Amino acid sequence: MDAEIDLEVRLLLEAIYDRYHYDFRSYAKASLKRRLRQACDSLGVASLSGLQERVLHEPECFAALLQYLTVQVSDMFRDPEFFRAIRTQVLPVLATYPSIKVWVAGCSTGEEAYSLAILLQEEGLLDRSIIYATDINAQALRAAGNGVYSLQRLRGFTENHRRSGATTSFSDYYHASPGASGESAIMDPALRRKITFSDHSLATDNVFSEVHLVTCRNVLIYFDQELQNRALRLFGDALISRGFLGLGSKESLRFSEAAERFTEFALHERIYRRKGLT
Amino acid sequence: MSRTVDLVVIGGSAGAIEVLHRVLGELPGNFSPATAIVIHVPADGPHLLTEIFTTQGVTVKLAEDKEPIVGGTIYFATPDYHLLVEKGRTFALSLDERVHFSRPAIDVLFESAAEAYGDRVLGVILSGANQDGAAGLRAIAAAGGITAVQALETAEMIAMPAAALEAAPQSIEVDADSLTDLLRTHGELPEKADGR
Repeated sequence: MDAEIDLEVRLLLEAIYDRYHYDFRSYAKASLKRRLRQACDSLGVASLSGLQERVLHEPECFAALLQYLTVQVSDMFRDPEFFRAIRTQVLPVLATYPSIKVWVAGCSTGEEAYSLAILLQEEGLLDRSIIYATDINAQALRAAGNGVYSLQRLRGFTENHRRSGATTSFSDYYHASPGASGESAIMDPALRRKITFSDHSLATDNVFSEVHLVTCRNVLIYFDQELQNRALRLFGDALISRGFLGLGSKESLRFSEAAERFTEFALHERIYRRKGLT
Repeated sequence: MSRTVDLVVIGGSAGAIEVLHRVLGELPGNFSPATAIVIHVPADGPHLLTEIFTTQGVTVKLAEDKEPIVGGTIYFATPDYHLLVEKGRTFALSLDERVHFSRPAIDVLFESAAEAYGDRVLGVILSGANQDGAAGLRAIAAAGGITAVQALETAEMIAMPAAALEAAPQSIEVDADSLTDLLRTHGELPEKADGR
């Protein structure tokens, strides 16, 4: 029975790749299987083969499945100590460059990108910075570009921001707007203008720019070792010599072949530094 | 001759720590399976589990993403992340939504352990306050693994072991002493035949 399910998973992922060019074939299998089971339950199909049939014939069914496979909920300034370290240890180094490029890989609905924009603004660096924020989920990218978040979540964002060593008030960066789905906050267009949200796959696309800082947090845990290595290779290729890489608080380079290209910079905050080119 | 397992998974919440402390403290030095444990603790509370359970001569640590699972080591789930087992016998973490209001959830560990290790798993549900773990224990039983549940009369909170027993009625009922014996039976390497 188990072997059949593995076969169904493999065939479904091949079908998705072939038909829609989304590549989930190298995602970590255990959590992917749980998500696929959930999708089957809520889409009302009895088996993964049944799901495959619907996905192939109904693009809207694939769109629904994609949300199960990709959407990550994040918070602004999630893990405030990470942002504190970026603020106090990384930005002073980046400030010595005439312009600063940041890549937020796997940006989902934009929380991390806006957090970094606020951080750069507070440190007086936003004017000469560009943030590239990428994801494979078009729906999430649209939400990120709109920059609208429910007021409910703002309290947590505000507290996280404060704990990151904020020098300004979080309320400076949004204004309340009566949205269709209740009270919400829209992020300051001045932040939005410095962020380019675009479609990019760590599984199939390549480096698109040289950058000074990459953050990719709580994305690599969903990849298998091989895809994780690919993503880290891209980050290493994109980063300038001695550029910075920030990972999620439970992610590390310890079990990856990419470790040799980086040095540990702030170990507890999972910030690494690209080795200098010799 | 009882068979040896490769992985022991243990789940519990309220009332589980004391039992666990006794059992882990008495594991022999030649205990060969890896042990992975989910105890529900507050996500942002100070994390002391690995310190509480440090026992002499045994590696006790938080399981890391992509970490190869090593026999004889005791792993705890990292607070606020689900802990899963991959078929290549490595750990994986996820931030997927809570299961039974819990992250880490026992079901997530147990179900992935059943898929990855099949009948080479021994699953244990201890005292606890909700239904988490029942579906996971059923999955282990269905895959041919060995299942055990803390006997209700010895459990501080019975909701969790009661639900688990209902889901996997073939489970062996244990207290701290008999659980230690059960783990020894299925996890202790046989003494070398050295002529004595």
